[in-house]
Amino acid sequence: MTAHDPAALPGGVFRVHWVPGADRLLGVCYCGAEQEFEDPVDLWNWLLGHPEAPEPAERQRLARA
Amino acid sequence: MTSFVRNQWYVAAFGREVGRELFARTVCGEPILLWRTESGAVTAMSDRCVHRRFPLSQEPSRIVGDQVVCGYHGFTYGADGVCVSVPGQKRVPRTARLTSYPVVEQDSFVWVWIGERELADEKLVPRAPWLDHPGYTTVSGMEPLAARYDLLVDNLLDLSHETYLHGGYIGTPEVAETPITTEVDEAAGVVRVSRRMDDAACPPFYANSTGIEGRITRWQDIEYHAPCLYLLHSRVAPVGSRPPEPDGTDPDGFHMEVVYAITPETEHSTHDFWAVARDFAPDDQAVTDFVHDNNRTVVLQDVVALDVLEKAISAERDGYQELSINIDTGGLAARRILKRLAEEGARATAGSTSAGAEARGSA
Repeated sequence: MTAHDPAALPGGVFRVHWVPGADRLLGVCYCGAEQEFEDPVDLWNWLLGHPEAPEPAERQRLARA
Repeated sequence: MTSFVRNQWYVAAFGREVGRELFARTVCGEPILLWRTESGAVTAMSDRCVHRRFPLSQEPSRIVGDQVVCGYHGFTYGADGVCVSVPGQKRVPRTARLTSYPVVEQDSFVWVWIGERELADEKLVPRAPWLDHPGYTTVSGMEPLAARYDLLVDNLLDLSHETYLHGGYIGTPEVAETPITTEVDEAAGVVRVSRRMDDAACPPFYANSTGIEGRITRWQDIEYHAPCLYLLHSRVAPVGSRPPEPDGTDPDGFHMEVVYAITPETEHSTHDFWAVARDFAPDDQAVTDFVHDNNRTVVLQDVVALDVLEKAISAERDGYQELSINIDTGGLAARRILKRLAEEGARATAGSTSAGAEARGSA
């Protein structure tokens, strides 16, 4: 669970890493999108409101990127 | 409008609490009567007689064979909640039946389904198999909490509070200092929070139970199955010892499975079920006694704090401001899931009610 490998996230699963040595949080969506935040409320707003997960092909492309 | 998450399984009791005596517990605002039939099966029904609402758990109500006799006027109910006799007349009104609750007895818990009974699916009851597994020794208890259940969810999803509230028991500075990884499985309604401490002080709870002297690697892996079941997979091992093998065997690790069932009683009170299952020193009664007493002390430290917090929050105006930081990532995720489940549960109940009204209207 601690390994940062967005490609391994199954559908519908979101992961949040506490960025090592920093006070920032990295949100990772199962679609492959990532974004850093300073505030966990903002992070969940983005992550759980993540607009319409892309189609599987796009998800794989994002995961490889 | 209730904030309870309906159409969910909740722990109503430990199996050992329910026998051939009438036993009552309120779950999500619903007074429930629990008892065992002569075959040993647990049955659950409303704890209010349909006649004049007398609590059936109250003496002189009693069990006779596989029936419950109300101690006020003698209304008699079968194990399915259906009234089979009333005093002084042969005809039993058709509507004379108690609401009955689907029940699953599993992993030492008695689970009841709160919601529309046709939606109850026994396969959805989350598991805590260690609690009655022969390879583990388990201690457990239940503490009444005079606080809303979501305060306990918040508390358990953020274990950094161990450093401050439980110092000298399970808290050390490393707990609050170590970053967490959080994972949410939206579909399953599960939040996972992982904290891996590579080199930490060994708090008295673990030092005295495991016999480890010196520093430890300490893993706290939380799995919260919303709304009711919380699992903390705790592993401690001396620093420098071998990690778990790829096949899951872990000869150097000491494991404790810390389990909570978080069951709302009312809007402002909660049944705080707790259990600790360990895979070491299984037959050492001194360790068992220590783990029981020490863990209960820790649970009661939370109870005192949350009871105070409930009073403080109840006195606040609506819309009070909170501040959340990184340590709250898991707790915030749990709140989101609970909110969604509450909305889905309310929608399912509303749909069922309107469907029932239509069916009755067309009959």
